[in-house]
Amino acid sequence: MPDAFRQSIDTALHNPNLTGALGRFSEAYKISRAKAYEGVDFEAVRTRIAELKSYAAGHLEQLSELFTRNAEARGAKVFRTNDPEKVNQYILDVARVNGVTSVVKSKSMASEEIHLNAHLEAAGISVAETDLGEWIVQLAGERPSHMVMPAIHMTKEQVAALFSKEVNERLTSDIPQLVRVARNELRAKFLNAGMGISGANIAVAETGSIVIVSNEGNARLVTTLPKIHIAIVGIEKLVAAFDDIIPILTALPRSATAQLITSYVSIITGPSPTPDGDMKDLHIVLMDNRRTEMSQDPKFKQALQCIRCASCLNVCPVFRLVGGHVFGKIYTGGIGTILTAWFDELKQSEDIQSLCIQCGNCTEVCPAKIDIPDMILELRRRLVKEDGQSLKEKTIFAVVNNRRVFHSMLRAASVMQKPFASGGFIRHLPMFLSGTCDFRSLPAIAATPFRDSFKEIPQAKSKEKVAFFAGCLIDFAYPEMGAAVVKVLNQAGLEVVFPDRQTCCGAPARYSGAYEVAAQNAKDNIEALLQEDVSYVVSACPTCTVALIKEFTHTFESLGMADCLPRAAALAAKVVDFSSLVKKLVDEGRLTLKPGERLSKITYHDSCHLKRTLRADQPPRDLLQKAGFELVEMFEADMCCGMGGSYSLKLPEISAPILQRKLKNLKDTGAPMVAVDCPGCTMQIRGGLDREGSSIQVRHTAELLADRIDC
Amino acid sequence: MPLFDTFKARAEAVSAEVHRCATKAEALDFILAFLRQEPGAAVWANGPLLDDADRLRLSEQAPGLAFEVTRENAAAAHCGISQMDWAIADTGTLVQNAAAPEQRLASMLPAIHIALAPTAGLQPDMASVLARLHPNQSSYISMITGPSRTADIERVLTIGVHGPGRLVIVFVDELVGQDSSPAAGVHAGLRAAGPGGPAQTWGAAPQRRET
Repeated sequence: MPDAFRQSIDTALHNPNLTGALGRFSEAYKISRAKAYEGVDFEAVRTRIAELKSYAAGHLEQLSELFTRNAEARGAKVFRTNDPEKVNQYILDVARVNGVTSVVKSKSMASEEIHLNAHLEAAGISVAETDLGEWIVQLAGERPSHMVMPAIHMTKEQVAALFSKEVNERLTSDIPQLVRVARNELRAKFLNAGMGISGANIAVAETGSIVIVSNEGNARLVTTLPKIHIAIVGIEKLVAAFDDIIPILTALPRSATAQLITSYVSIITGPSPTPDGDMKDLHIVLMDNRRTEMSQDPKFKQALQCIRCASCLNVCPVFRLVGGHVFGKIYTGGIGTILTAWFDELKQSEDIQSLCIQCGNCTEVCPAKIDIPDMILELRRRLVKEDGQSLKEKTIFAVVNNRRVFHSMLRAASVMQKPFASGGFIRHLPMFLSGTCDFRSLPAIAATPFRDSFKEIPQAKSKEKVAFFAGCLIDFAYPEMGAAVVKVLNQAGLEVVFPDRQTCCGAPARYSGAYEVAAQNAKDNIEALLQEDVSYVVSACPTCTVALIKEFTHTFESLGMADCLPRAAALAAKVVDFSSLVKKLVDEGRLTLKPGERLSKITYHDSCHLKRTLRADQPPRDLLQKAGFELVEMFEADMCCGMGGSYSLKLPEISAPILQRKLKNLKDTGAPMVAVDCPGCTMQIRGGLDREGSSIQVRHTAELLADRIDC
Repeated sequence: MPLFDTFKARAEAVSAEVHRCATKAEALDFILAFLRQEPGAAVWANGPLLDDADRLRLSEQAPGLAFEVTRENAAAAHCGISQMDWAIADTGTLVQNAAAPEQRLASMLPAIHIALAPTAGLQPDMASVLARLHPNQSSYISMITGPSRTADIERVLTIGVHGPGRLVIVFVDELVGQDSSPAAGVHAGLRAAGPGGPAQTWGAAPQRRET
């Protein structure tokens, strides 16, 4: 990762205005968004949007043609091009022919994509952004830090200073007064401009209409007052039918700003008369800029479904720390990373894609059902393919790729760590390694890995057998979790087997874009786990569980290894996470939890994979309550803890503040204990609490239940 | 809940002011009284209420009021009066065929926008209105919900940026709504070019409109 990028992260993290504003917003957003969707079937709406936008993305050429024909029939001039330079030239030509010297713009990200303002200004044409936030960043000479709230990184004092300079008058930071100043300043520009430039939120092929939403009213002024109106429309804004605008207009304001609808929606179909009695000169630029190419890439076509609501930014634990100046270019956040890779170039997404921690929050709220984390992994994979892995990662994965070497190294490390380990933790690593972990203690590697201690647990023969997949953390750092899993399953009458040739689930390699390594891990594990005839393959690590159920298949598909798919599916059918299996056993009456006792308060932290991929957030809660614990929910229980596997080693500066929020929410509950279902989360949270000297205990659900079963 | 009550609750939730008059005469009285309270220049874009009114009497009683709407006098006006065609109850939204520029000027440049709406134009939701007001009938359809607003500085909601700071909605029971017959002939181009996508995408619009 280049130093300049690390530096930009550091600057953002130390900007309390930015992190404060984004942090408060993300907390308020969750609540107000939910309220805005009251009475609306979000799943139905987003399914409809995904369908109609997916259809449009598959028919860009036909819809462009149809739109052109219908818009031209209504008197608009339509210009279609793939080349951003030609868009700039076209607009400049229209301006020159008509003697335009000043332009007013309402928000258009497509125009930012092609740096239109700079082109017009270089030709001596003055350009005023009229959306308040866009005007503020224009005056500041910056770029928007958020797709919907361009100036969220600035304080009212900074805005007052900018405006004071612009109007040559000392202004206070009174927000209504600042807004009045903007109204007055921009009003004159509206009335005098020779050309209005807008974007479009939707373009309807069936009618040749463009639809523009706005709250301030600037879009109505831009499209009404000047004689010439040019709308710049990325062709992914096309929809087939007029009625398609309804689901989009239902979701966009709710997801973007938690409004039922924006103050203004304008549906423009061909020119209307201008206030001066002439007909409007209406130009619509249909801009491709690699969108067609993108639609032909099966992995990335889905990104064209985006309606630019920015909800993926608002729920992202990383975006709320660093903002759009770090996390993105013109387009920001998760979706911005993907759009940057295409509309700009793949290389431009190299640094920003590494910011995604793969928590999956964005996929939960996306109104177009876009799987952003999945596409970011695909970017990672292609970048690795293009540039190769870094030497450090290459060395690590060469080891992980060979189970024997990997496991002997872990055993050796358990001996070598002795000078640094105490009470199960490593609190200080020597020199160069310390930078990556000083925000939390690391677990010491166990003296005896679980694969060895398992052999000491006698297994009664049973008709029903379960294979236990430990995963590296339980195997080598937390063998006591493995022992707890086996104890609970044995109590329910199940015989547990531990296939010795199991190895790393491949998640670290996959999340680093090293798919070949992940594929080898997958093959080794499938071989090991399908060897014995078992009813279930159980794992107490949600990341491993997801790897076994979904990602083996996905990795094979990505690499075109079709012959491996049937065995991957056979394995996936047997895999279950620990708490879901135990819940089933309890419900079937095969396992009883000690009744009657009132235990302490406990809070629960959701692992990203258990909650959002496996959708199994309820079973552990039910089980813990059944066992007698008093469950108190913490704020943002399902927000990522900042671990993200190797993410916390690659980007400790981001992992640490995410963890700090988690620890605060955890402590606010007053519970002396937090339950988790993931050894990775355990490592992160336990390490953070140890570093703080806190007495709060972090326990895996399996450990807590093992103490509460009737023997 | 009756549509009007739903509309009123939704519109007031976004800072619009909602009034209802039984007759045109009552609406005219309301407007005159309002203009007396908010004196200064005002513009009134042509509409059915104005068609039947005695303009001379209105001018006498509201001296700042102009019936010809230009960019200059709309920009200088304190109040602008314009005509709406439909209203959407579940979002508190007004919908206007705004192809005539004076309707837009009067509704966006002055500090206060008085929006006249036929009570008969109330519909439950956006789909019902868009089934009755189609782009083939209007080159510029405007939806208006509450006054102009921004939260671009420190996320503090501030009313009245580029558009009006007050939206005063006057429903008039006696005003006749627009003809709600289905739009026809719009889909010819589509049918000719339709490459046969999923039926619901291509077919939804005309089917909906025929019911």
